[in-house]
Amino acid sequence: MASLITCPHCGTRPKEEFAVRGDATPLRPDPAASDEAWADYVFVRANPRGRTFEHWQHVAGCRRFLVVERDTVTHEVYSVTDGAAFSRGRMA
Amino acid sequence: MRYSALSILRNAFKGNLGWTPAWRQPEPKPHYDVIIVGGGGHGLSTAYYLAKEFGVRNIAVLEKGYLGSGNVGRNTTIVRSNYLLPGNEPFYEFSLKLWEGLEQDLNYNVMLSQRGIINLYHSDGQRDDYLRRGNAMWMEGVAAENLTRAQLKSMLPFLNFDHARYPILGGLLQKRAGTARHDAVAWGYARGADRHGVDIIQHCEVTGIRRENGVVTGVETSKGFIGCGKLALAAAGNTSVVGEMAGLKLPIESHVLQAFVTEGIKPAIHHVITYGGGHFYISQSDKGGLVFGAEIDGFTSYAQRGNLATAEHVMEEGVTMIPGLSRVRVLRAWGGVMDMSMDGSPIIDRTPIDNLYLNCGWCYGGFKATPASGFCFAHLIAKNDPHPVARALRLDRFERGYEIDEHGAGPQPNLH
Repeated sequence: MASLITCPHCGTRPKEEFAVRGDATPLRPDPAASDEAWADYVFVRANPRGRTFEHWQHVAGCRRFLVVERDTVTHEVYSVTDGAAFSRGRMA
Repeated sequence: MRYSALSILRNAFKGNLGWTPAWRQPEPKPHYDVIIVGGGGHGLSTAYYLAKEFGVRNIAVLEKGYLGSGNVGRNTTIVRSNYLLPGNEPFYEFSLKLWEGLEQDLNYNVMLSQRGIINLYHSDGQRDDYLRRGNAMWMEGVAAENLTRAQLKSMLPFLNFDHARYPILGGLLQKRAGTARHDAVAWGYARGADRHGVDIIQHCEVTGIRRENGVVTGVETSKGFIGCGKLALAAAGNTSVVGEMAGLKLPIESHVLQAFVTEGIKPAIHHVITYGGGHFYISQSDKGGLVFGAEIDGFTSYAQRGNLATAEHVMEEGVTMIPGLSRVRVLRAWGGVMDMSMDGSPIIDRTPIDNLYLNCGWCYGGFKATPASGFCFAHLIAKNDPHPVARALRLDRFERGYEIDEHGAGPQPNLH
């Protein structure tokens, strides 16, 4: 795993300052969505061997949730986006 | 060749030139009744029991690397059945019983050492929790014992009993638990399966799963197309990758778990000891090295290597529990890719595709399950019906609300 994560708010920081929540790609379904859609959201993961998007929280910094785009084999980090900006980008 | 004391003597007098390979290196046939993807412990034991117990012939095990290159050769060799929940405990106890007869069954020395596992507890709440687990074990007919602080002090004087944050108040002991030599488990099952006619094909990576009319007809591999009647997946950390070839949606994330071994020292640690203030576990190998590990690294990974921050954390936990460890040098560290499920428990089940069977989700507890996993998976493949002790390990338990969440951590694989 790359040792440094560039937080959009705090700059380049050691990755030990961050806590990993998990996969950022599932979209939260509508509250009235089917049980199947909710089960997919809660339990099913694409788990790609390669490029992935994850929620990382900068717990020892700005405490913002970020979306880290990285490779699960090489551990290369491609981008780090603020979580809210990432969500707005997906809604648009 | 059957191994015995006599065969060792006879070969010793002949300069050890008479030994033959323990298994063949066959080329794949065009078609098998059952193909097992993954030549790790679970894949090999599945093949062994399919052939031996369920009379299935014409089986192939496809392994992309060499035997023992995956998690079966990367774990910390602990064997135990000290689980809490009714969906798990009978399964792991069945496994431990198979372990106890494994060497005779396989005619192979897996060096099972039932040295006992001690789970240390550090608070009143944790003691109650562990005793509850001990009682749950008794209800399934498995012995568990509470060790008091005074007992532990005479048994394990090297522990840090008076740590300010995590004083050791006692421990839960399962005497029948222990360790086994993990390479020997892979080799023993491979040899046993081979003797029953199973083709073990190494360096044969599955690249696709061919389906016609909703059923699997075979697999594309690096050695060409191989047809099959039934396909069984036991691909551990790469389950999602292989599953996707058949369009499966799985409750699995792949995470890396590290393990460590120190230089060899004189016999010092006679049990498997786990630390209740974290997830640290340690035992001493027969060569004298201390073998230990702790948590997964926390982010999804398909790389068989971990990162230093976790290594440091593991060492800190170890030294907190056993201060003397700080004087021992670590020789090697390595990582394995775990198929973490969403409730921390495994899956042995059919899939939405009729002749495709799935064995995955072992998180970081797959080694102890190797015999029962193979036996129950073989039962399922041969009879199309789950083995009684593996009935709860269903793929659809998540959406139906029957998760088996030992730790109560919720659908968050990096917390199990």
